[in-house]
Amino acid sequence: MMVKLVTIDAKGMHYTPLNQQVRRAVEDGADEVVVQNVLGQRFIGDGLKGDATIHVYGVPGGDLAMFMSGPTVIVHGNAEHAPGNTMDAGKVVIHGSAGDAVAHSMRGGKVFIRGNIGYRGGIHMKQYEAQRPILVVGGSAQTFLGEYMAGGLLIVLDLDGAMKARGIGSGIHGGEIIIRGDVDDACLAAGAKKVPLTDEDRRRIAPVIREFAGDFGLDPEPLLNADYTRIVPASARPFAGKYTWE
Amino acid sequence: MSNNLGSMPLRYRVTIDREQCMECERCIENCSYGVFRRDGDRILINSRKCTACHRCLAYCPRDAIMLEEQPCDYRSHPVWTRATREAIYNQARTGKIILAGMGSVANLPIIFDHLMLDACQVTTPPTDPLREPVELRTYLGKKPSRLDLRRNPDGDIELATELAPNLMVETPVMLGHMSYGAISLNAQISMARAAKETGTFMGTGEGGLHAGLYPYQDRMIVQVASGRFGVNIDYLERGAAIEIKLGQGAKPGIGGHLTGEKVSKDVSRTRMIPQGSDAISPAPHHDIYGIEDLSQLVRSIKEATEWKKPVFAKIAAVNNTAENVAAVARSSVDAVVIDGFRGGTGAAPRVFRDHVGIPIEVAVASADRELRKQGLRNEVSLIACGSIRESADVVKAIALGADAVYIGTAALAAMGCRVCGNCYQGLCPWGIATQRPDLVERLDPDVASKQVANLIHAWTLEITELMGAAGINSIESLRGNRDRLRGYMLDEGLLDVLDVKPVGA
Amino acid sequence: MCGIFGVMDKRRQMMDGSGIRQALSIMNERGSGEGAGYAAYGIYPDYRDCYALHVFLDNACESKAVVDATLEQWGAIEHDEAIPTYDQPNLRAPCTPWRYFFRPDPSLAPGSATPEKDVITNLVMQINRASNGAEVFSSGKNVGVFKAGGAGSWPEAVADYYRIEDYEGYIWLAHNRYATNNPGRWERPDPFNLHDWSVVENGKITTYGTNRRYVESFGYTCSNFTDSEVITYLIDLLVRRHGLDINLAIRALAPPYWEDIDQMPKTEQDLNRALRFAYGSATMNGPFTIVAANPDMMVGFTDRGKLRPMVVGECGDCLYISSEEAAIRAMEPNVESIMMPAAGEPVIGRVAP
Repeated sequence: MMVKLVTIDAKGMHYTPLNQQVRRAVEDGADEVVVQNVLGQRFIGDGLKGDATIHVYGVPGGDLAMFMSGPTVIVHGNAEHAPGNTMDAGKVVIHGSAGDAVAHSMRGGKVFIRGNIGYRGGIHMKQYEAQRPILVVGGSAQTFLGEYMAGGLLIVLDLDGAMKARGIGSGIHGGEIIIRGDVDDACLAAGAKKVPLTDEDRRRIAPVIREFAGDFGLDPEPLLNADYTRIVPASARPFAGKYTWE
Repeated sequence: MSNNLGSMPLRYRVTIDREQCMECERCIENCSYGVFRRDGDRILINSRKCTACHRCLAYCPRDAIMLEEQPCDYRSHPVWTRATREAIYNQARTGKIILAGMGSVANLPIIFDHLMLDACQVTTPPTDPLREPVELRTYLGKKPSRLDLRRNPDGDIELATELAPNLMVETPVMLGHMSYGAISLNAQISMARAAKETGTFMGTGEGGLHAGLYPYQDRMIVQVASGRFGVNIDYLERGAAIEIKLGQGAKPGIGGHLTGEKVSKDVSRTRMIPQGSDAISPAPHHDIYGIEDLSQLVRSIKEATEWKKPVFAKIAAVNNTAENVAAVARSSVDAVVIDGFRGGTGAAPRVFRDHVGIPIEVAVASADRELRKQGLRNEVSLIACGSIRESADVVKAIALGADAVYIGTAALAAMGCRVCGNCYQGLCPWGIATQRPDLVERLDPDVASKQVANLIHAWTLEITELMGAAGINSIESLRGNRDRLRGYMLDEGLLDVLDVKPVGA
Repeated sequence: MCGIFGVMDKRRQMMDGSGIRQALSIMNERGSGEGAGYAAYGIYPDYRDCYALHVFLDNACESKAVVDATLEQWGAIEHDEAIPTYDQPNLRAPCTPWRYFFRPDPSLAPGSATPEKDVITNLVMQINRASNGAEVFSSGKNVGVFKAGGAGSWPEAVADYYRIEDYEGYIWLAHNRYATNNPGRWERPDPFNLHDWSVVENGKITTYGTNRRYVESFGYTCSNFTDSEVITYLIDLLVRRHGLDINLAIRALAPPYWEDIDQMPKTEQDLNRALRFAYGSATMNGPFTIVAANPDMMVGFTDRGKLRPMVVGECGDCLYISSEEAAIRAMEPNVESIMMPAAGEPVIGRVAP
């Protein structure tokens, strides 16, 4: 079957007509949409459905793939604030780094970032039954990683050895954060606890790591065999002890 | 014994008139708190469990039950009130933050009650609503500040300005946001039907949209709160409008959480979180740390829904409400909801509920004034909420500058709620603030929806009469018309903020 | 509770003030003898390019000095003098009516499409807002308002006080006041004027608060607290600054009911909905008949419930709008047609170009 490809030149274009063009291309049956010369346009793939693949060349603006439900967005560059925000399904692959609040409130699909992410990565990710969001960061993450996390899987591979996150998992009440290497207890926030990575856990994350490595042309083997720290909620009810009734 | 405080004096005392009682046990069946039980040939009473929900009184066929509040006196003291003393005993025992249900109980003057409405006498005639239309229809959303017109080939003038989407409400009373989880599905369905019947809208709250409400989705304003529960593209597309919750009047500055006990299977599906886990809404939206981030969230929602739906933003009334509203008005938002400090809640820390925020009356007045001053009034509609108790409050809120109001507690009361304030227990015997199936079943949407519709209908009639008496036949002529209000025993500073003259002036 | 009257000659043929004096006095029953006023277009041909500012001065020295200084700040005074007046029994003047012929400096309103009128608007607001003993009560080119208040201000007395029969104009408006507040203030009776526009009103709007807050958000200051003041500013805003055709401006001020809009064809519906969207706060409610004029037209319209009377007469080139038919016949016994337009049917008469 022929792959239907649509190319859009986004040079100087406002995000609303750009998103309209992307939306129309996908509705018209495009399998691949290539968006050239992106510079700061926000909301690319916002609320988009279907299973097309969108290639973004340049630096997209904030809230990339927000509310997205199905498609794949591949960014050949860095991304700004909150890619994958409240995303439902689909996949975001960023061949670069991203800003703060990556995968904020994400509830399904995958966000893979080769480089680093800013503060509050994976904040309030949540899951329901089969919908389980996955955020994988190749480089490092900043403070408040996995804050208020309510579900899903967050992996930081720390490939560049510069992991900076502190206050990890504050208020976490669901899901898991897996970080390659050891994490100092002082970097954990209230409500989060470290547990050993079991063989079962390792088997569970292996396909994710293989997929990530595949997307970025990395050798998966050293990553599969590395040491990891697993961080989980101390309780599903982090605030239960804080209140009394009138 | 972990403390020496012993038991607190009874809050309520329930008695049964044994001569009247026919031991039908309806009180036992109806009381979900376990006040009544049968022991042999007697119905026993445990008053300590009573919440004054009145369910037993309402369903006692013989009026045999009587309830007394605070049957035990403390030594009266103007400073060390009963409430302050009991809070101390509670915290001495637990070391925790006290949570409470419903709105503020602080005994502060209510400004609405000190505002008097105007009526026409001879210099202008009252309008007779029987004979002349009095228009309550309200459009909520952005309005152009001026129009671009063009002449078509036939020489007729046509509109060139593209109007932003507006919500049309037939009466300026809407049903406020109370989430599924905080209240039952039957309560939501009842209100949704009433909204449809009366031509108004209802808020979903932040708990997602249950499939049972899909038939009424064109009457629903879907809420996006910091927890983003139940929010996906499908949810956004279903709503008639979308509301971003930034704050709540009952607890400004803090988030909220639905306790795991209330996250039943059905609630968990609607919120899209695991059953039994706490549903935590952080204090801020973690993708909004600056006002320009709000614009980004608003526009992301508009992009996702192709700019077809109005987007509202709700904030709590606090000191600098006017500045907050003016900031929000520049963010592509179509309507700003301001929630006063007396606003309701399923649960809020008592210290916030009773001490943080400002009254809705002044918040609306100062917001309207600031928007006009900055030339932004047409950019947003203003929706007032937080303790709108009767039709006169609606009229006063609109005269102070609101376009419409949300009601919450009043709608619950229309379904039977007695404002007992024990929502957090999840045992609401009226089937409203509970997820227990046997209790939820007590609330029949066929009946309760009619009651809510009746309330809105009755208020609408009263608003029509009040406007007619003031010689005003369209709601936009009431909006911001503070000249038709007078302040009774309000101080000069407050009158100045409200921009209202004192009575007699 | 008042009587109003307007007459316009479509071919700019001049009428002296005796006719309208006659017309207004027929409606004395509508007033309380505590205020009356007249406005006339075309009365100052010798100063046709100057803005004629009519000012009540509480004090011919101190108050006048304030006005002189303000005017010099905004432009150049071509000529000024006391408005000729003639004592009337029972009419006591607490102030001196003065007139300036003034050229505003358009460079003081950069970026404006109508800089002279913006300057005039600003200076009128500036003078009237301050308590300086001066009230500008008319400010247009080749137009003047003559009015008085207080006991003894019956229409004839006010006309005779100014000898309005000495002035010739092609549009005249007149107002006979039934005072309800501040009966002694001379600036309170209609007509109210701001440069081009003069307004007389019969009735009382219930929306003053909403309307005032609306126009004030566009930089107007309401200091006279009369309906006709806020109505004048609304018309100036909608017509001059927002470019609405007078028809649409009136539609915005007294719009059709939603139930009527719902029945209109789509383009008309869109336009009317948009007018109500944009100008909801300008909508006037309550009983009113308004006659307004500018140098090119005279218009009359009522509230949408038609709670106040409006009679329209035509005779030759003349258009008459009045509270009562008798007043029209008093001025023109041979009037050719008499109509009573329905609510929502404004009467618009334009002067031939």
